[in-house]
Amino acid sequence: MSLYILSKERLPQFVKALQGKYRVVGPVVTETGFAFDDITDPAQLQMDYTTTILPPKKYFLPQREVLFSYQNKRENGGPQRLEMRPVYQDVQPTVIFGVHTCDMNGIMLYDKVFSEGFRDEHYMERREQIYVIGIECLHPCDEASFCKDMGTLTAPPIYDLHMTDAGDHYFVDTGTEKGERLLLDNAYVKMAEKEDIQRLGQVLSSKWPRFRMRLKMSRDQIPSLLTLGYQARLWQELGERCLACGSCTNVCPTCFCFDVRDENDITLQGGERVRVWDSCQLREFALVAGGHNFRESKASRVRHRLMRKGKYIKQVHGLIGCTGCGRCERACLVNITIPGTLNALHEEMQLEPGI
Amino acid sequence: MLHTTQNLTTTTTPLRYDGHTSVFLPAVATIEEVKTETALEKIYTVRLPRGQNLGHVPGQFVMVSIPGVGEAPISVMSSPSRTGETFKLCIRNAGDLTGLIHRLQPGDEIGIRGPFGRGFPVAQFRGKDILVAAGGLGLAPARSLIDEVLDNRTSFGRLIVLYGAKNPGEILFRDVLAEWEKRDDVEFMVTVDRPDDAWSGHVGVITTLFEHIEVNPYKTIAVTVGPPVMYRFVTVELLGKGLTPEQIWMSFERRMKCGIGKCGHCQVNHRYSCQEGPSWTYAEALAFEEAL
Repeated sequence: MSLYILSKERLPQFVKALQGKYRVVGPVVTETGFAFDDITDPAQLQMDYTTTILPPKKYFLPQREVLFSYQNKRENGGPQRLEMRPVYQDVQPTVIFGVHTCDMNGIMLYDKVFSEGFRDEHYMERREQIYVIGIECLHPCDEASFCKDMGTLTAPPIYDLHMTDAGDHYFVDTGTEKGERLLLDNAYVKMAEKEDIQRLGQVLSSKWPRFRMRLKMSRDQIPSLLTLGYQARLWQELGERCLACGSCTNVCPTCFCFDVRDENDITLQGGERVRVWDSCQLREFALVAGGHNFRESKASRVRHRLMRKGKYIKQVHGLIGCTGCGRCERACLVNITIPGTLNALHEEMQLEPGI
Repeated sequence: MLHTTQNLTTTTTPLRYDGHTSVFLPAVATIEEVKTETALEKIYTVRLPRGQNLGHVPGQFVMVSIPGVGEAPISVMSSPSRTGETFKLCIRNAGDLTGLIHRLQPGDEIGIRGPFGRGFPVAQFRGKDILVAAGGLGLAPARSLIDEVLDNRTSFGRLIVLYGAKNPGEILFRDVLAEWEKRDDVEFMVTVDRPDDAWSGHVGVITTLFEHIEVNPYKTIAVTVGPPVMYRFVTVELLGKGLTPEQIWMSFERRMKCGIGKCGHCQVNHRYSCQEGPSWTYAEALAFEEAL
């Protein structure tokens, strides 16, 4: 839409102006590295950060989310009576600063998953109140990143505002009308001029050589590679190594699987039905009544995760299910990585290198 | 409903209550009648609020809740032709939730969401001979189709029902089976794996019944519902009778938590069983590595 210039000195004022009306979150420094958290003091906000352990998905899909509250009572031995009321949790105007382009791609996938087919109102109600303010990635986070391979090095069209660091100021691109209003109502900005736009082009084009490619195939080849490699020996090897801890799925910006549980209060007559993050890497995930487990072996579960990331999610939702953020690689205790797995599969299938 | 290539006419829109919008919130339904069927199964007649009709198609399922305990997918036993303000579920006592459901009485309330999933495309079955092969508890979902055929008898060709149970004590719907045996427009056979002293009928797994039937492969649709292991052997028999994989329908059990194609539990390769299943043709199942 439009491009504005926001002086870096004025960013704290922008954050402060928003704090009166919105929950403001963004990357902050913690003991264990950067993390998305509430910004109470604008000085906490770290726009120039590497990566976070958890992606901002927790604001879109809370780890524990109440779906409804219930009462389940019998009076004087009478019949069981139920009362249920829907709960829409964490629905509040929220501004998320500093979302990397990989994580924006994750949010774009969530938006499709929870709006397509059966509309998930719990997600959508919350989503409608969230403003995404992206930050252009000018340097790779670290060695684990493979965003360039996955095509997530540019911002997908889901941001309300998108910022690019230009030294003493930010270029701010407005992606939505509500984003533009947020900016103009709360920050002192000036409209970009022709030479600013040219300079933005230079900043953006000079970033590409800093990012390396890690995959031996192009991302368009990943679904067919996985189809070919369904019976590969590799899965057995990875299954033997995998600890089935579920760390990879917890930190993944595209993992959205959940379990549904009832949590009773102390009266045992009422409580809440909640959904909590679940992991296809855990043994119980595909277990049915009667004891049959459709993915009993770790090998089958590791394979399922890779199949979902590289193929199944694309088949269902049209977007590849990996953003190349590298979080699963950083979290894995036994060094199972997506680039390593795809490259090993590529070798086992003895394919010609991709373009 | 979904951006898929599936036949959309066999899915339905789930019920909405009180104008609320959460697809996770069950309707408060009332148990009207409980009938003990075997040592393991009971049949529940369930009444929806405000006289609503479930509006399902044969082969679909509902999510049944006891808030505080949990929720589980249960196939609908009633045919649409026998569903008015109430419908029936046949529930086996197989875990915490179903164990507690077994202790419920008429007048007790339960939560119902649905109907969900793709059922059997009955409209496409019209004019065809219908062969149903049901194993164990699979006869309950199969009845949603069998009764639909019986109530629209002239719209279909032959109706062949083959039923296998582990032992005589586990045979479901004995009174109904006795009626089917009397009717000359149903070809019904039952077998048990392990007979008792009183049993004088067929003995052996369900595949042993196939030698007693002739089918016209040109106009037969087969529907098989039962434990996963049964499908491997029943499909061999059906293919041996000359049916093509496209003519064979089956219903797949998976762990279903949300019923709306999000939570990931019921996925068979890339397909969500709660959306594009639980009914699949064998031709479709052949394309899944994870089917059986």
